[in-house]
Amino acid sequence: MLEITIFSLLNGTVYGLLLFMLSSGLTLIFSMMGILNFAHASFYMLGAYFGYTISSHIGFWPGLIFAPLIVGVMGALLERYALRHVHKHGHVAELIFTFGLAFLLEELTQFFWGTDQQAYKGPSLLDFPLFTLFDANFPAYKAFMLLISIGIFLGLLLVLTRTRVGLIIQAAITHPNMVNMLGHNVPFVFMATFGVGTALAGLAGTIAGPVMGTYPGMAHDLGSIVFVVVVFGGLGSLAGALVASLMIGIIQTFAVGLNYSVSDFLVTIGVSFPADHFLHDIWTMTLPQVAPLIPYLMLILILIFRPMGLFGTRET
Amino acid sequence: MSDVKTPMLDVRDLHAFYGKSHILQGVTFTVGEGEIVSLLGRNGVGRSTTAHAIMGTVDRHGSVLFRGEELINLVPHDIARKGLGIVVENRDIFPTLTVRQNLLLGVKNIRKAGRWSMEDMFELFPNLRERADVMAGVLSGGEQQMLTMCRTLMGDPDLIIIDEPTEGLAPKIVAQVASLLEEIARRGVSILLIEQKLTIALKISHRIYVMGHGHIVFEGVPDDLIHDESIRREWLEV
Repeated sequence: MLEITIFSLLNGTVYGLLLFMLSSGLTLIFSMMGILNFAHASFYMLGAYFGYTISSHIGFWPGLIFAPLIVGVMGALLERYALRHVHKHGHVAELIFTFGLAFLLEELTQFFWGTDQQAYKGPSLLDFPLFTLFDANFPAYKAFMLLISIGIFLGLLLVLTRTRVGLIIQAAITHPNMVNMLGHNVPFVFMATFGVGTALAGLAGTIAGPVMGTYPGMAHDLGSIVFVVVVFGGLGSLAGALVASLMIGIIQTFAVGLNYSVSDFLVTIGVSFPADHFLHDIWTMTLPQVAPLIPYLMLILILIFRPMGLFGTRET
Repeated sequence: MSDVKTPMLDVRDLHAFYGKSHILQGVTFTVGEGEIVSLLGRNGVGRSTTAHAIMGTVDRHGSVLFRGEELINLVPHDIARKGLGIVVENRDIFPTLTVRQNLLLGVKNIRKAGRWSMEDMFELFPNLRERADVMAGVLSGGEQQMLTMCRTLMGDPDLIIIDEPTEGLAPKIVAQVASLLEEIARRGVSILLIEQKLTIALKISHRIYVMGHGHIVFEGVPDDLIHDESIRREWLEV
């Protein structure tokens, strides 16, 4: 049990912080521009594919730097030359635009790289178990993912709370017009935030690609969880995104590791049902089987009991 | 007309729109260097829209010359950087930032010292010094008004547009606002004061414009308005 607890906590934190890297960008972009970017996870996918392609030519480390940069520049250009114009037609047009973009990017990815999973590997430098506990290895690469994620979180926190640019971003989230009239170039701040947000998604893809797989459906698979994270944490709240990312990451990882069902619990309190009971399939369903459903269950519960999310301030 | 100084702000035939509503229908006026000019009128005549049209935050056409330079095609942050500042009517403070952070955000260029330092602001309004590190959202209405004015001054504008600075304030605070406006003028900053009531405009203005239905309907010095009861009754009194 101790083994499962320690490893689930570690793996859950790695997964949770990866979710935070994606959700922080999404929630920042939403709170600033009111854009719910359905294509956000597609930038995560592009990060993985660019990382794979660059790493197969000049190595993993250059890929780790250049792939997120390329994705970030693509995001900034997208905001400047497309979304800014679509924005004039309202939020529905923006939603449909980003929704269409997600499909387009997935199709383009399949066009250039094919539909198969790519053989994207982590660096050989980190290809060793960092430590062994209870006969199980914790790979050094996962520790590296953890370090990068924590670094990004601390970096974001420092920039947002300790720098002038961070103050401008914080103020522009709620009062863009006023910040503009004080002489700060808010459209540029928006473009840069969009660029940084997509670059973070790209970075998440670049580091996750080798362990979680690099395939065309990866945006779709993680994208819906990221939306659960931002709604659960509260749209527009960075603190909410962090807490929700870690919660969902850890809960989901624990659920996968704990092979229990309701009937196991009932047996311990002396209750049992015959095998032909009409609810037998539900009693015997194990936690790992329902693990993928847990984030969506959390989404429904939060929407019923606290629609603004854990840290949200508005009921959107 | 009285001694109009060299026009610093020269607004000519300014039209502004909110969607399909044509709010300003050819507004023309000037503000001279170092002048305090008031723009008066009832609610809904387009006074605040004039302020926003000058700052470029609403659809507009016509001409807005600032020291001879056309601003009509510029975006708001470029207009602000030409030397204009605005204190908006709804006191758009940043509620989740501290008083000090709000003031810092007013500064346009951190490398260049302007007419006003944070210390000046704290001397003028000791309350702000005491509450420098609290969230601006918890300040009283009067303190928030002071904060928005100080925040705009930190950007060192040469001309400041102040929309309804005394609205909803206690008489003691109104007197503080009036003395701040005079201090601003003493430091060589021109003021375009927008007011509905004649609370302080008659006392401190060099010239006065009255607006009605998206046009200027009167211009003169405060004495002219004091003696022209028909204008007051038709365009100002409720």
